[in-house]
Amino acid sequence: MTNATRIAIVDESPVRSAILEEGLRDAGYTQIIVIGETSGLLARLQAIDPDMIVIDLENPSRDSLEQMFHVSRLVSRPVAMFVDQSDSPMIAAAIEAGVSTYIVDGLKQSRVKHIVETAIVRFNAFTKLKQELAEAKSKLEERKVLDRAKGILMRVKNISEDEAFRLIRRAAMNENRTLAQVAQSIVTAAELLR
Amino acid sequence: MTIPLRIGFIPLLDAALLVAARDEGFAEAEGLRLDLVREVSWANIRDKLNVGLFDAAHMLAPAAIASTLGLGHIKVAISVPIALNLNGNAITVSRPLYEALAAEAATAPSQDPRASSAALKRLIGRRAAAGQPPLTFAHTFPFSTHHYQLRTWMAAGGIDPERDTNLVVIPPPLMAKSLESGHVDGFCVGAPWNATTIAAGHAMIMHHGTQIVADCPEKVLGVPTRLVDERPETVTALVRALAGAAGWCADPANRAALARLMARPEILGVAPAIVEMILAGALSLGPAAPAAPDLAYIRLDPAALRPIAAQVDFLLAQMADAGQLASPGAHRADAHRVYRPDLFECAGVTAGQTPIPQPFAARLRDGR
Repeated sequence: MTNATRIAIVDESPVRSAILEEGLRDAGYTQIIVIGETSGLLARLQAIDPDMIVIDLENPSRDSLEQMFHVSRLVSRPVAMFVDQSDSPMIAAAIEAGVSTYIVDGLKQSRVKHIVETAIVRFNAFTKLKQELAEAKSKLEERKVLDRAKGILMRVKNISEDEAFRLIRRAAMNENRTLAQVAQSIVTAAELLR
Repeated sequence: MTIPLRIGFIPLLDAALLVAARDEGFAEAEGLRLDLVREVSWANIRDKLNVGLFDAAHMLAPAAIASTLGLGHIKVAISVPIALNLNGNAITVSRPLYEALAAEAATAPSQDPRASSAALKRLIGRRAAAGQPPLTFAHTFPFSTHHYQLRTWMAAGGIDPERDTNLVVIPPPLMAKSLESGHVDGFCVGAPWNATTIAAGHAMIMHHGTQIVADCPEKVLGVPTRLVDERPETVTALVRALAGAAGWCADPANRAALARLMARPEILGVAPAIVEMILAGALSLGPAAPAAPDLAYIRLDPAALRPIAAQVDFLLAQMADAGQLASPGAHRADAHRVYRPDLFECAGVTAGQTPIPQPFAARLRDGR
């Protein structure tokens, strides 16, 4: 099933907008325009004339967008600012996910909800992805420090890598610290003693 | 027990009381821990108050009323137990526009907003006759004093902002760039963004906000009404903390320290010297620096903070003039419920009476 609802995604994060675009396409929406640049945003939106605008909350252009809807001569069709007053859990979920939507009057309520739900799911998926990436990165950093600490112990005490690791692990257990913390102390101490 | 409060703010000098309350011990003395969150749009502030992500926020006074009335958006009931300042805005124009206005006006155009507005009207007529595009002016939000001050200034010379100009909204930190790139010809914005723009050299301050409206209500503490109903003691404790911070901010001996607090990258991210100059009221006007500093340029003192009914009437009149109220009379009672001088009184703050806003009441600066 394809759907002709025209959706503009305003987001400076190319990865997040790609994730959302994919989600909307999977749901059958084919008319999706991604705007990454916020300069000249209003002119772009007037040209696109979307049925719905999805914008991330980190975007400072939200205030400009809202003013555009107040000044009727700038838009050809009236805009409803959000789903509807009765649907506050959905509003809260969207704001918490970091996304806001503007809807042109006349768009079907069920369709609006569907799009907003997709946006919430995809924004949350992106946030999770970002967290995982940050965790993986810090794990990699910890790994590097541990390797350096083992190298230092192996050199200074003339022991094997396994023995070096056991020493670090024992110190961590005795002092109730993490492997990374102990490794970092060894690296710092070695730098000071150099 | 310390009560944590999450409070949203926009990078503007009139967030000063919140920052000083957090960093100078006034919140702690009231048993509060303020978690200040910098935001990028007034729309975010309104929405995060609405869904409970913020307990309170730095808000435009008219936006607090508009949110409660549900103008242009869903209804978000806000209460205002204390204001955060009076004044602080200025109208800045590009150098070419300033020079064109100087050529049209008999006297230096920055001296008298009515004369500069008349000059602008003549210039607009001349440009239209020559087939040039309308001038573009920027403000910061539909429900903002910046928007209304631009309109009040224009109306003095008989300009219809809708018909004769192009009014747009630009986030405050982006104003300077928009002027430099020629996207806008002038704007009205709060401190420190006029000062930082003229420091860059391609613009002039046309008028201080105080020349358009003296003692103009500006930012307020917006608290979701449901929080006021559920935890009134927490709200009055916050009011006391902010009033204490205002006493500290108003002391000239603390000016340099306050400038350093506000200039930090996580608050404004500008040079401390610029902030200190604004706090001293020494913001230059037109091509010549003012003869005497304007100490009312931005008022953060305790006597500026009582939310009074006359301010609500003033703001409703401004909203009606801007065509934002379909039937002003119908909204009056609801709008007046937003301001809560009773909570201010409850907090036991001793402060002088807040002055009533007055359009075009400021003295001419130096008569030159």
